Amino acid sequence: MSAPQWKNPVVKWIDHRLPIFTMTHHSLVDYPTPRNLSYWWSFGSLAGVILVIMIATGVFLAMHYTPHVDLAFDSVERIMRDVNFGWLLRYLHMNGASMFFLVVYIHIFRGLYYGSYKAPRELLWIIGLLIFLAMMATAFVGYTLPWGQMSFWGATVITNLFSVIPFFGDAIVEWLWGGFAVDNPTLNRFFSLHYLLPFIIFGLVFLHLWALHEHKSNNPLGIDIKGPQDTIPFHPYYTVKDFFGLGVFLIIYLGFTFFAPNFFGEPDNYIEANALVTPAHIVPEWYFLPFYAILRAVPDNFIDVWGILPVIVSAKTAGVILMFGSIVLLAFLPWLDRSRVRSAKFRPVYKYLFWLFFADCILLGYVGGQPAEGLMLLIGRLATLYYFVHLLVFMPLLGKFEKAAPLPESISAAVTSAGAKA
Amino acid sequence: MADTTVPTGHGHDEDSSRRDFLLTSTVVVGGAGVIAAALPFIDYMNPSADVLALASLEFDLSGVEEGQSITVMWRKKPVFIRRRTSTEIKEAEEVPLSQLKDPQPDSERVEKPEWLVMVGICTHLGCIPKGQAPGDPKGEYGGWFCPCHGSHYDTSGRIRKGPAPRNLEVPPYEFTGDTTILIG
Amino acid sequence: MLRSISKIAATAAVFVTLGVAGTVTAAEKISPPAQDWQHAGIFGTFDRDQLQRGYQVYSEVCAACHSLRQIYFRNLEAIGFSENRVKAIAAEVEVAGEPDSDGESTTRQGKPFDRIPGPYPNEQAARAANGGAYPPDLSLMVKARLGGADYLYALLTGYGDAPQGMQMNEGMSFNEYFPGHQIAMPAPLSEDAVEYEDGTSASVEQMAKDVTTFLAWTAEPELEERKRLGIKVLLFLLVLTAMTYALKRKIWSDLH
Repeated sequence: MSAPQWKNPVVKWIDHRLPIFTMTHHSLVDYPTPRNLSYWWSFGSLAGVILVIMIATGVFLAMHYTPHVDLAFDSVERIMRDVNFGWLLRYLHMNGASMFFLVVYIHIFRGLYYGSYKAPRELLWIIGLLIFLAMMATAFVGYTLPWGQMSFWGATVITNLFSVIPFFGDAIVEWLWGGFAVDNPTLNRFFSLHYLLPFIIFGLVFLHLWALHEHKSNNPLGIDIKGPQDTIPFHPYYTVKDFFGLGVFLIIYLGFTFFAPNFFGEPDNYIEANALVTPAHIVPEWYFLPFYAILRAVPDNFIDVWGILPVIVSAKTAGVILMFGSIVLLAFLPWLDRSRVRSAKFRPVYKYLFWLFFADCILLGYVGGQPAEGLMLLIGRLATLYYFVHLLVFMPLLGKFEKAAPLPESISAAVTSAGAKA
Repeated sequence: MADTTVPTGHGHDEDSSRRDFLLTSTVVVGGAGVIAAALPFIDYMNPSADVLALASLEFDLSGVEEGQSITVMWRKKPVFIRRRTSTEIKEAEEVPLSQLKDPQPDSERVEKPEWLVMVGICTHLGCIPKGQAPGDPKGEYGGWFCPCHGSHYDTSGRIRKGPAPRNLEVPPYEFTGDTTILIG
Repeated sequence: MLRSISKIAATAAVFVTLGVAGTVTAAEKISPPAQDWQHAGIFGTFDRDQLQRGYQVYSEVCAACHSLRQIYFRNLEAIGFSENRVKAIAAEVEVAGEPDSDGESTTRQGKPFDRIPGPYPNEQAARAANGGAYPPDLSLMVKARLGGADYLYALLTGYGDAPQGMQMNEGMSFNEYFPGHQIAMPAPLSEDAVEYEDGTSASVEQMAKDVTTFLAWTAEPELEERKRLGIKVLLFLLVLTAMTYALKRKIWSDLH
């Protein structure tokens, strides 16, 4: 890793004063990367590309969008009908949101499977969760902007969650709304925040990358880099690999955008917001469904059993606490997981528990999309219970009782002896 | 980017030239894709269909008497339409071109001599000249007068005196009937 | 090996749960039967004649109660009407004009750049004229209902007598596909409700199909352009991705 010598005099002049070219070179070109990364490692850079696509389409959409309750719905339809390629940019933005979450979820589950959150990458993981939270906030306020029925009622339901905060709840909700209901001031501030938050995400991504480059990427074996024989330069090996991944991703993303643009959407959002009519089923976008299921999981009578608790929390409060807890808990995962082995490849029990946890999240997502009654409610409760048991009970216990398989000596040893299957 | 430390591998000439060819063609095709992807974004900022639908408008002039003027709005700009009297037409036609700052014969500025149609924005700094309403000052040449910096226009809307550099602009228009006009 | 087994087991568990849950909910709804739509599929386009017939059904039947506010007269050129025809259609309606010099409100002939006006001045008037029910705007109907065009067609042809023992509310009609089966809109289509210019026989099914296709166009006027561009973009991406894959193989080959 020698400092590059720049030949171009302009580049040389700039780099001497602001070593931006040298920095780029070190972090994107000769950056040493484990030689055994699989395609699951392409999803990080993919998420970065989507962020750029979302900001680009979003900035342009804002040029024709009007954040006013009387005009917002029609201004979106005007973009779809009258503005040149407006339909394309709008559908790219709409489907891009779904793709962003899809890619980030895969990225998170990859981290869970290969133990990427463990020391010394705890902070990298936590910054990632902050990015995820910021994404959720951005997606939520952004979904309000088209001012359809789901926009309005989604915003109403979710902002009402804050009313569970003791003593100040109602005041806080009114403060969020800037009025006594979701209305024009709400729409205006949501638009403002929707424009701001992506740039905060951008800053967090920078920190995420900084932390990543300090200890380098984890890898499918979960063992540390021991020397130069374990790594290859990022460019051209992973640049070309990531570009191929990007190509496959774009085919899927644009396939939806051009041929099934409303696949992820809700029909109700093509009806203009109406404060007098609630849609039959209020469902959030698919990427919020697991959390929505957790929110609705707490039974009313559950609280009564505990006698004294109702004084402090109601079922609604407990649901809200569980929902936020389900994300906050992930931040403690590096310490809840006591195992010293990172990759599930060498953890015979965790390997199964990981897939059970994954299935549990999918199940929660499915339940979140169904009316909360009967069988669905029961399944939702059990799945919620399992979510927390996995994190709070299984993960710490595994570290004590699981016998890990022997780890390979080094990345290069494993790669060359196992028949070079990178 | 020329000095990266890429292991050259086996270093066969054939192999590396094939690789270079693949690399160059992929970069070219990918680059073309990026440029093509930028086009919708650029076009997005062009006037949209609803704006273009108002770009050419039809107006009914049947109510305008000789010697009267009306102002209509076209592309967010005032358009002066004047049904000129025969004296005004005569005045406009008889001015020698040598006396004009921006020489243009009256016949080039009208479809029918009776109707003078022009954008009512002073070519100096964008003010709206006076002269449409009956009581307005019409300037020294009986046409229009811009109060901002004192530009005088004649009965053909040509600049005769004052700082304005050009005659009042004539928009593209055509008569679709005896008294209906399509501007734009 | 173990990993793939556990993977299969876990996915199977998910799908079994989904399957069970799916059948439970499916029994409660009657889903509209799928129709053959010319605008469906990757290469689907609208039949201009059908769109024009659909517009005729809308303007002669539906427009009595339903607005189409996202559509301007000028948009009708896209379904194959000539510029003059569109002007003539627009001129048939009166729209609000600029206030005159005395400040009195005026009306003028419709122009191509005007929106197609709705039948009622406001929601209250619409409800008053329809026994309290509000006939929704139709511009986005195909996108705004689960089942889309299939649902609309099923609804338009789904009228009939209420089954024995079903208590119908006053002024409501039975419809097999409407949620709850009681709909405030009486059966809108009857044999030969319109007389088609092109001589197509105006059966209820034909009119339902035509007007649904027209409303699919009003909901997605960009559909044809979208698919045309989409095919080009995807073909390009397939080529580029294949090239990138070959390059990736080539570059990685010297590692092993």
